[in-house]
Amino acid sequence: MNILKRWLPTISAALALGIDYALPNASSKYEAAHPYLRYLLICLIVLYCVYALAAFWSRRARDWIDRKALFAGAVILVLNIYNVVSKKYSLIPTIYFPSVDRILAVIVEDRSFLLSCFLSSGKLLLTGFLSGFAAGFITGIVVGFSKWGNYWIMPVVRTIGPIPATAWIPIVLVAFPSSFAASAFLIGLSVWFPMTVMTSSGISNVQNSYFEVSSTLGAKKWHQMFKVGIPAAMPHMFIGIFNGACSSFIALMTAEMLGVKNGLGWYVNWQKEMLAYSNVYAGLLIIVVTFSLLTTLLFRFRDHVLQWQKGVIKW
Amino acid sequence: MVGEIKAESLTKRFSQNDVEDVTALNGVDLTIQAGEFVSLIGPSGCGKSTLLRLIAGLISANEGTIYLDKDLIQSPSCERGLVFQDPNLFPWLNIYENVAFGLRLRRQYRGNKTKVDEFLELVGLSDFKKSFPHQLSGGMAQRAALARALINTPKVLLLDEPFGALDAFTRMNMQDELLRIWKEQGTTMVMVTHDVDEAIYLSDRVIVMSPRPAKIEKSIDIKLFRPRARSSPEFLALRSEILKILDFGGKVIEPNYYL
Repeated sequence: MNILKRWLPTISAALALGIDYALPNASSKYEAAHPYLRYLLICLIVLYCVYALAAFWSRRARDWIDRKALFAGAVILVLNIYNVVSKKYSLIPTIYFPSVDRILAVIVEDRSFLLSCFLSSGKLLLTGFLSGFAAGFITGIVVGFSKWGNYWIMPVVRTIGPIPATAWIPIVLVAFPSSFAASAFLIGLSVWFPMTVMTSSGISNVQNSYFEVSSTLGAKKWHQMFKVGIPAAMPHMFIGIFNGACSSFIALMTAEMLGVKNGLGWYVNWQKEMLAYSNVYAGLLIIVVTFSLLTTLLFRFRDHVLQWQKGVIKW
Repeated sequence: MVGEIKAESLTKRFSQNDVEDVTALNGVDLTIQAGEFVSLIGPSGCGKSTLLRLIAGLISANEGTIYLDKDLIQSPSCERGLVFQDPNLFPWLNIYENVAFGLRLRRQYRGNKTKVDEFLELVGLSDFKKSFPHQLSGGMAQRAALARALINTPKVLLLDEPFGALDAFTRMNMQDELLRIWKEQGTTMVMVTHDVDEAIYLSDRVIVMSPRPAKIEKSIDIKLFRPRARSSPEFLALRSEILKILDFGGKVIEPNYYL
């Protein structure tokens, strides 16, 4: 049974490939220069075949495919159904739902332009995220550790924080010299707020006894901040980073409406206005894959840093 | 020998909102000799933990002074180690790093790496260096907390009901461990406890405190050879003496009927 499950993605992809060959296309509007879907399916078949075979001797491959097989098989099945509904029988409007071939064709044929969009989005996101992260970290520490900070800064944080990025656009456009700086500011702001709130609440939730113990071990005020307060607040900070990352993705899409001439969000908007939906989907696909990769990386990083939280085996 | 504590007319009041202040300690005089093992015992609210925190420097007295070897105690320092009922190990550090914490703070780790292993050995945790605190049992965590405090070679080790949360068997084991460590290190020990047997079993001197006004009721020297037998007649005599001072002497009530 398990062995059969391991072959599910391969079978599902082979089925999709068979159907694509067997059924005629409903209209030439769906066709691209190359049958990209078939190429993709063949790649998938090869990939999952290799894993299913490797599972016979490699434990890692076995664990991976046993965990993923069902999901991968289902996703490929959905792709198959979409292909049948659109390209093969044209049951949904062509203009809004282009074939998979067309979407993949955009990614392949428009790759250099998409890459430049990707890079400029990446630069904007990175600049905004890192500056927002640093600002939030510092504000959070000041608010968390000093009564002064809590009294004067916290109300400001609470007032400014929940204002959505779009509401800032009129002010930001006037206040910043370039649209890049303005966009980076919007992204930074959206990271800054959750980071500040979670860092300061993490620090104020640290058990007082940790500070007491550390002071009897010879810790000065400075040590208490960096050797006790911050490590103890780390789990909270990671929640702040995650929330910040999510809102920065949203803010990025908003920010790219501020007159920048490049970027994935801008690309999607522009193509939507031109009713080029295969380009819209291609852009969205890249955005989705990138963002989910970034979140996965963040999760890995957190698991590595917060290793001490894992496992509750007692002996 | 170092580690003599001298407290003179210590008074500590805690302000409770609007209501009059609560006096936690009222003019306490106390001298603890270097290398002595002293237990503070008494019902809750008698100020024994307050006294311990004053010696640690975590709080300051309203009146009176405490000296450790002629130095006035004003703030916490690594000269006075503290172990709580809850081990309070830092959960983000493994056991080795927890024990090395004090050395690292004072930038003495580089020259003294072997010291960490030495103290892990002392408390019998050499095999658990890489474990994280949540992976240890209560007794083991408390040993790690002891090692963490002792690695600073404090002049005094302050223990606030260190074994209060452990089960009876683990507690008795830990008491023997503590005695062994005390003999090896020669540190002055001041322990707060609720357990009369524990106090007699471990201490050179038991200080009985009474609440409201919080003060020292009596200081009893325990002149028994170690290892002490928990059921010897001398032990039991001391036990009932202390219980009597604490008002738990047990009035003999005539039963209503005899079977």
